[in-house]
Amino acid sequence: MELTGAEIFVRCLQEEGVDLIFGYPGGAVLHIYDALYKQDKVAHILVRHEQGAIHAAEGYAKSTDKPGVALVTSGPGATNAITGIADAYMDSVPLVVFTGQVPTSLIGNDAFQEVDTVGITRPCVKHNFLVKDVKDLATTIKKAFYVATSGRPGPVVVDIPKDVTAHKCEFSYPKTIRMRSYNPTVKGHTGQIKKAIDLILEARQPVIYTGGGVILGRAAKSLTDFTRLLGYPITNTLMGLGGYPATDKQFIGMLGMHGTYEANMSMHHADLVIAIGARFDDRVTGNIEKFCPYAKIVHVDVDPASISKNVKVDVPIVGQVDSVLKAMIKEIKADPRKPDATALKAWWKQIDEWRAMDCLKFDRNSELIKPQFVIETLWKLTKGDAFVTSDVGQHQMWAAQFYKFDKPNRWINSGGLGTMGFGLPSAMGVQLAHPDATVACITGEASIQMCIQELSTCLQYHLPIKVVNLNNRYMGMVRQWQEFFYQGRYAMSYMDALPDFMALAQAYGHVGMRIEKPGDVEGAIKEALKLKDRLVFMDFITDQSENVYPMIPAGAGQNEMILV
Amino acid sequence: MRHIIAILMENESGALSRVAGLFSARGYNIESLTVAPTDDPTLSRLTLVTSGSDEIVEQIVKQLNKLIDVVKLMDLTEYRHIEREMMMAKLRVGGDDREEVKRLTDIFRGRIIDVSPATYVIELTGDSSKLDAFIEALRPFEVLEVVRSGVMGIARGDVALKI
Ligand SMILES: Cc1cc2nc3c(=O)[nH]c(=O)nc-3n(C[C@H](O)[C@H](O)[C@H](O)COP(=O)(O)OP(=O)(O)OC[C@H]3O[C@@H](n4cnc5c(N)ncnc54)[C@H](O)[C@@H]3O)c2cc1C
Ligand SMILES: Cc1ncc(C[n+]2csc(CCOP(=O)(O)OP(=O)(O)O)c2C)c(N)n1
Ligand SMILES: [Mg+2]
Repeated sequence: MELTGAEIFVRCLQEEGVDLIFGYPGGAVLHIYDALYKQDKVAHILVRHEQGAIHAAEGYAKSTDKPGVALVTSGPGATNAITGIADAYMDSVPLVVFTGQVPTSLIGNDAFQEVDTVGITRPCVKHNFLVKDVKDLATTIKKAFYVATSGRPGPVVVDIPKDVTAHKCEFSYPKTIRMRSYNPTVKGHTGQIKKAIDLILEARQPVIYTGGGVILGRAAKSLTDFTRLLGYPITNTLMGLGGYPATDKQFIGMLGMHGTYEANMSMHHADLVIAIGARFDDRVTGNIEKFCPYAKIVHVDVDPASISKNVKVDVPIVGQVDSVLKAMIKEIKADPRKPDATALKAWWKQIDEWRAMDCLKFDRNSELIKPQFVIETLWKLTKGDAFVTSDVGQHQMWAAQFYKFDKPNRWINSGGLGTMGFGLPSAMGVQLAHPDATVACITGEASIQMCIQELSTCLQYHLPIKVVNLNNRYMGMVRQWQEFFYQGRYAMSYMDALPDFMALAQAYGHVGMRIEKPGDVEGAIKEALKLKDRLVFMDFITDQSENVYPMIPAGAGQNEMILV
Repeated sequence: MRHIIAILMENESGALSRVAGLFSARGYNIESLTVAPTDDPTLSRLTLVTSGSDEIVEQIVKQLNKLIDVVKLMDLTEYRHIEREMMMAKLRVGGDDREEVKRLTDIFRGRIIDVSPATYVIELTGDSSKLDAFIEALRPFEVLEVVRSGVMGIARGDVALKI
């Protein structure tokens, strides 16, 4: 039987096992909305701004094994989605984003709500497609899902002109797809793995440095086995948190600009760095000239372009982390050599001395609410088991430092692009994927206002997110840099004329709270957690002058941290 | 160092802009870029001339390979290879100069492919330095316009870029 393009679109989603999409309607996608209306297998979540749709899809994808799917209209719908798409690209989030387009006959005519979506999105997608013929629609959608989810994941945009959704053709969905131009590597090269094992078993001061690739590649279990087998210290990037249990003694904290002293010092003094699914970002390396001066580097990554991009490595291994880790575990177990116990003991002794600096300490007797204390309390009261999303700024760093993630896919934040506005909509995606879980959104008074309209979506779909607003009346991260590097000239970083967040939350139909004293923090969070079916907006009035420590200032090496 | 990279790509609309966009987004040099479909109409072949340190060229090759539409590529600089570029030049020439220009064209093994009372169009093929030298030799005359194809390249012997 012949189906319209819009019907084919819906059938393809069903075939892909998509049960939820995020979107916002408009002229170019009305046929598709009509087809969605006539079925009940694919649910549609109506956001309040297209940026929210993409971040929600990201939250959904990051907390599940599935790609996120979004649908927006042409022109402004597509341009509003760009920030989210760029965000997903930087953090390698598997997304398939469908954009409406003006009818094929009008493309290039400056038609109503026309933009060159394929052109605009090209630099911030893994791949994109313009479907010009309904006969190509099903295969293109199949390719889009395949490309988005395989290899190094990423967002794929499929631009569909309106007439294509009206035209008819026979529908059949390809079971599998082969693309001669795209064959991502899975298994690591055996010879390279052997070379890596030699270095690993000979190291005297090794550090395992892992990143988002472990989370994206669902390799936390293998990583934990690998790390325990060796007994080596492990540090995670911001994107890699939860890849190894943070409460375990082998975990030495996050590394990088706001990482722990022990993690950065260990990297600096290491003789071997085992990098797994991490991309040597400048927030991690600090001054590249001074990065890991004594270390040989092994690097496991599925993307050859990530290898030796910023830092020249000694043993590259291209492959999926999980597969490579399993192969390495097998090799290590079969190898008669063992790590040098004496050297390792001395290394741990040194690391424990760095640890004893207690670089994350903060004033526990303050009259004012310390942001670190709020997050620590949230961690305790949720038993470390909540899904936590975050916006961008100081609160994000404190969340990373003080919420100790023992499981992967629980920490959902924007690392590469650093997109303010990410927190609330991504929490929606997480909550929809995990209806019974506790989902907290840690945010700041500046970030939350970038996507605050989504409070309305949360009401419509009964999403009981716990919003933790660390309200310091400043763009704190900006203020901190101005304090340190611009002699305290606080240009435009003061958030004046702030709304009454408690009243605002209530106006959106939610529960609002304002917490002003340290003694009330625990009670408030407890009460919020008890309200299982309500969104609770907790506005914590925190110490304005608090800074994120420790810190590697720009241009400095990893051993040159500013401590408190 | 200068590198010549030959690329086989899906012959789809937008393929070229992906390559061009990659170079501008990442700040790589493009000296020239030529493209046309191959004997297999589903494939386009591009020849790209770029320059950069070994690290940069390594990244360029990886980033090109990462483009979903790129089927295969080859850094011709690593092989014995042949480079060719074609040029057409239009000159305003009259009187004795006509004979002189004709002689020059012969020396460079070019051909005069269009003649009018006041002009010549000369076609010349060769590697880029030969074309540069010819343009130098034409300096004394009134050159109206020059069009160059950009470099095409192919490996010598058994080595072939095919799928
Ligand atoms: C305000 C702010 C402060 C920040 N401060 C810090 C900081 O102090 N420390 C810090 O670490 N970061 C910090 N960041 C984040 C930083 O900008 C980067 O986003 C982050 O360091 C990158 O993490 P990653 O190296 O794990 O790479 P990701 O971006 O997570 O990339 C994953 C890597 O793994 C590879 N990969 C993906 N899937 C697989 C797979 N299945 N198998 C194998 N490989 C795979 C990819 O190819 C890629 O190379 C900060 C961000 C902000 C906004
Ligand atoms: C969309 C966007 N614009 C600007 C920035 C730059 N920026 C980074 S952090 C920050 C301030 C964030 O303030 P707030 O949300 O209050 O968090 P705080 O640092 O105070 O915890 C700004 C403006 C950004 N990351 N994203
Ligand atoms: Mg703030």
